[in-house]
Amino acid sequence: MNRGKFNYRLVIFLIAIIFGVGMSMPTFFQSEKGAKVSLGLDLQGGLHMLLGVQTEEAIKSKIKSIASSIKFFAQSGDIIIDDFRIDEELLSFTLLDKDEEKKIDEMLKTISGLQVNKEALRYTLSLSDKEKDVIREYALSQAVETIRNRLDQFGLSEPNVAKQGNDKILVELPGIKTADDEQRARELIAKAAHLQLMAVDEKRKDRTNTMSPMEAAQYGDVILPDARSEQVKHILKEIPVLDGSMLSDAKVAFSEMHQPVINFTLNSEGAKIFGDFTANNIGNRLAIVLDNKVYSDPVIRERIGGGSGQISGGFSVKEAHDVAIALRSGALLAPVTLLEKRSIGPSLGADSIQASLIALISGFVLVSGFMLFYYRIAGVVANIALIVNLFLLIAIMALFGATLTLPGMAGIVLTIGMAVDANVIINERIRELLRQGVPMGQAIEHGYENAMSAILDSNVTSIITSVLLYVYGTGPIKGFAISTAIGISVSMLTAILGTHGIYEFLMPRIEKSKNLSLWFGMKRSH
Amino acid sequence: MEFFSQHKIYDFMKVSRFFITTTLSIALLSIVLFFAKGLEYGIDFSGGTIVQLKYDQHAPIDKIRDDLAKDKMFAGALITEFGSPEEIQIRFASTSGGVSEDVGDKVRALLKDTGKFDVRKVDIVGPKVGGELRQKGIMAAALSMLGIMIYVAVRFEWTFAVASIITLLHDVAITVGALILFKVEMSLDVLAAILTLIGYSINDTIIIYDRIREELKSTKETDLMTVINVSVSKTLSRTVLTVLTVFFVVLTLYVFGGEIIHGFSFTMLLGVIVGCYSSIFISAPFLKVLGFSVEEYKNKIALKEKNKIEKEKMRSQYEKGTV
Repeated sequence: MNRGKFNYRLVIFLIAIIFGVGMSMPTFFQSEKGAKVSLGLDLQGGLHMLLGVQTEEAIKSKIKSIASSIKFFAQSGDIIIDDFRIDEELLSFTLLDKDEEKKIDEMLKTISGLQVNKEALRYTLSLSDKEKDVIREYALSQAVETIRNRLDQFGLSEPNVAKQGNDKILVELPGIKTADDEQRARELIAKAAHLQLMAVDEKRKDRTNTMSPMEAAQYGDVILPDARSEQVKHILKEIPVLDGSMLSDAKVAFSEMHQPVINFTLNSEGAKIFGDFTANNIGNRLAIVLDNKVYSDPVIRERIGGGSGQISGGFSVKEAHDVAIALRSGALLAPVTLLEKRSIGPSLGADSIQASLIALISGFVLVSGFMLFYYRIAGVVANIALIVNLFLLIAIMALFGATLTLPGMAGIVLTIGMAVDANVIINERIRELLRQGVPMGQAIEHGYENAMSAILDSNVTSIITSVLLYVYGTGPIKGFAISTAIGISVSMLTAILGTHGIYEFLMPRIEKSKNLSLWFGMKRSH
Repeated sequence: MEFFSQHKIYDFMKVSRFFITTTLSIALLSIVLFFAKGLEYGIDFSGGTIVQLKYDQHAPIDKIRDDLAKDKMFAGALITEFGSPEEIQIRFASTSGGVSEDVGDKVRALLKDTGKFDVRKVDIVGPKVGGELRQKGIMAAALSMLGIMIYVAVRFEWTFAVASIITLLHDVAITVGALILFKVEMSLDVLAAILTLIGYSINDTIIIYDRIREELKSTKETDLMTVINVSVSKTLSRTVLTVLTVFFVVLTLYVFGGEIIHGFSFTMLLGVIVGCYSSIFISAPFLKVLGFSVEEYKNKIALKEKNKIEKEKMRSQYEKGTV
């Protein structure tokens, strides 16, 4: 040991202490300033949901909207097409007049990703695989965006909405306290808000109640229930006149009867289609369909220009408000289903924090007490490293913006036990050398050298599993992986470098003293 | 303070044959048990619903049962105490109901006459998610073992890698067997505990392997049995002490951590003990079963050493410009 040599280990350790203590303060005092570790939903209470997005539905609805535009194009150009039908993801029709072939072909070319199959004048249309992928991906990101918008308007603090894999969305709502709030949030998320304006099939309306859905499909119709009563059915043309994608705004208003209604406005394209359709269908009825339920089916008295309409139908004020939010933020292109829901009450979170804090403190007292008792001063040194380790762990988690979960807490508790491992290994090596009669100063130096490879190997294997746990784990388990991985990595700094620095600092005293029992808690063997 | 006589070399090899045969058979039995009976999967993996309630006073469990029976959603629901007589857990397989339907509300309505309570937790997991998690769990366990095996093979020798994996499989199998026997439910936490164990129980093994490697380099001894006995004996206090510190904290976690992480702490507790045992009695002795040869190893090192010296020589010659 070169006396007077610059003790870089101690300097690094001191910097680590200042950094660790300084950066973990915002977390301990929950002050507003500075990065801090946030509590996971399992510790603070809240709602966690995993939603599945039925992206296939988005493809079907894209097909439908293509059908709407072909139909509109044909009607406005006086092109007669027949036997127009949708079969899952296939769209087919027959062109009656060969002279119109060119016009239709031109029009179909403008629709991206469309595969056209022609047999004489029978057209079969489908979407290319690439286009389908694009739609699926778009449906997912659109759903994330839409749900995020809706939750923002709902006024929740820090909602977290994120993509998971190819067809899932993770929604986390911390701080939802009442059952009522939870209910509203869930409804807002799930609301498809798919608005369609559909023509009533006046020719077959008398047979509505006797017709099967299959038979209706043969005529290109669908049978949908009424919003107010499931028993009342409506028969409508399957291909909508227009849908919510052409919506530009939706607001809550009140009718003459003081009932809340939703006024919606269409964009210019929608307004044109709406105007043309109403002009050509005076005397017929147009149904306003929201999420496959018919809200009203007023008779068209005159051409409706300007592109605005109204949804009425016995909403409560709150409901009307939420439907308007949903419509404004856009329809979900694909319906979402609930795959997983975990809601944790705040009292359970508080109990979990308390239980894990007790485990943390008692674990710490036991381990540090044991180290002190077994190794004396060497134990004190190890305990200093352990304390610094905990501060650094919190500081780094805060910097990364990591979330502390219940398994994460368990990970910290476990870190206490594992972080002193390195010191145990080093101290046992030192003792071994001391037993062979090596002087204390040398024993310390060689003890560190000899212990290095074992510590390194064992820590690397632990980190390998932590990383895999992080990659393959979900939610709270990721929290566990993070806290153990950081804890183990940090222990390399504190338990190896830090304690070595302390010994170097103490070296003049150690070399003067011959008291092995005081320094390393072992009996003199010579 | 010291636990073990520091100069004594214990004869681990003498007893290792017995231990290896006994516990490897137990491990095999556990595997059979796993396939025959299987783990009890919690809702994390099998899907289902759990509702947790906390009453202000003693929970009237019979009345709860009667009142819940009024709704067919709760047919076949398991209603049990959870940790304390105030806390109740209701679980059932159904995961029906859309996003907007709430089981919590239903429970609140059905049980409104049973006293004052708080719905503490509602977990609903669909079967699809559960299946995916199970796959991911197996994947993570397999990959971490593979990762460790590659690491050990690179740092040590392939025989060491194989022996360490056998040890790990042995630990995991016995732990899982115990979970089946004690009817501990497989949840995400328990999976985390098993994966942690894989990373942790290899530590003690590596400490011992590290010492064997060191012994092989320093002694003239060619008898594997002696080398192993010396290495395990010399690392015995380290092994026991490092396990002891972890054991302490896991024990406090088990005692104070509460019902929610019992699965985790129980599994860790089991695993720490099994892991410590196997490091001492299985991991190193198993090298002999695998036919590890001290002489070959020494020759290999000598060859490496020779090549190194050769290279140095070449380099110095090159630098001096003689080549």
